[in-house]
Amino acid sequence: MSEALLRVLAKLDSPVKDIANLMRLSAGATNETWSLDAVRDAGVEPLILRRSAAGRGSGVLTLQAEAQVLSAVYGCNVPVPKVRYVLAPEDTLGEGFLMQRIAGATLPSKILRDPALASVRSQLASQLGRIAAAIHAVDLSRLPQLPLLDAQRQVQHLHSQYQAQETPRPVFELAFRWLREHLPSKVTAVLVHGDYRHGNLIVGERGVHAVLDWELAHIGDPVEDLAWLCIPPWRFGELDKPVGGFGVREELLDAYESASGLSVDPARLEWWDVLGSLRWGVMCADMPKWLRSGRDTSVERALISRRASESELDLLRLLAPRN
Amino acid sequence: MQDPPTVTELLEAAAAFLREVAVPQLSGHAAFHARVAANALDVVKRELALRPAAERDEHARLTALLHTDGSLEELNALLSRRIAAGELSLQTPGLAAHLWATTLAKVAIDQPTYASYRREAGT
Repeated sequence: MSEALLRVLAKLDSPVKDIANLMRLSAGATNETWSLDAVRDAGVEPLILRRSAAGRGSGVLTLQAEAQVLSAVYGCNVPVPKVRYVLAPEDTLGEGFLMQRIAGATLPSKILRDPALASVRSQLASQLGRIAAAIHAVDLSRLPQLPLLDAQRQVQHLHSQYQAQETPRPVFELAFRWLREHLPSKVTAVLVHGDYRHGNLIVGERGVHAVLDWELAHIGDPVEDLAWLCIPPWRFGELDKPVGGFGVREELLDAYESASGLSVDPARLEWWDVLGSLRWGVMCADMPKWLRSGRDTSVERALISRRASESELDLLRLLAPRN
Repeated sequence: MQDPPTVTELLEAAAAFLREVAVPQLSGHAAFHARVAANALDVVKRELALRPAAERDEHARLTALLHTDGSLEELNALLSRRIAAGELSLQTPGLAAHLWATTLAKVAIDQPTYASYRREAGT
């Protein structure tokens, strides 16, 4: 792979002498993330390679489309890595792209507990509100063709996925029924990140340094991102700090509303809260399929399956609170 | 009859090996997955202890709620269909209590440290 990469890097602006510290970061079965340093006379450029040997499955953007989205939002007040190169078939590296590597923490435990990040932690919720506003303001004509996934379509998609799992889950049924009975009115569709949460954020001494993983980007309801950021599984024990375990909702929404000029309807937010918890639950409930088909037999994947029950609990807390 | 140690003791020994011996000698992905493997053994241990009573209670509630008998799978499928059809809802006496009891019992096995569970179970 190093040789093929060197040939790719030779196409970039100034000649690359060598590749150093080539290291695989993710253990994903279909997606690979590599870290590397491009060594030039002028210095070292830290890079990330996102690639897939066989191409991605359905339901997510191709790597080429993801690179196009990243390039489109770059320079729109959304912190993202700069795309340096999109792989072509003659590069023989599969599908993928090279982008700038940005320093900072992605692990939630580090973001929530690292003493060096203590002063930025209190700023993160409002910063994420402003960034969400910038994402939702991106001119759609700059973007590649993205799927339209509004509230109604998301419910339909989740329901087909749930039905294919063939495990009856009364709490999910209750949630599907509630979502259909309370479907929010249509809104002006905007660019939605689609996976705006812990794990896809790089945090450092300036707060949010980058928003990553745009493979679920789509056109839809902006409130989706604000709710998904706050679902209980990303609070890591800090139940009363809905924004990633580091902030309260008012900070997020105040910053979002003043940056976007839009007001967030609490009923619409509640609807997306329910959809978010159900979505996480259906995603977890999909994992036994990965395990049994041999697509990903890791113990991590196996155990995520058992997290569907946590979303059932969170759905009951939303739909049938006991007190 | 199987001889001692019990399956629970075997699981505890395996989990302790993973946490105390394997994890410190591993790094990166392998260390992470070894920690997850120990957590998986803990799930099995809790399931062995809690599942029989939890499912007996779940079955009793389901037969009362649905006025019919069957396997847990059949009864849960029937309950799901009736909720989907709107024949049973949160206004139906006993439904919310049943879903709460069933869900808390599941999370007690899967993930008793989950914050929402701790809040609801008062632990």
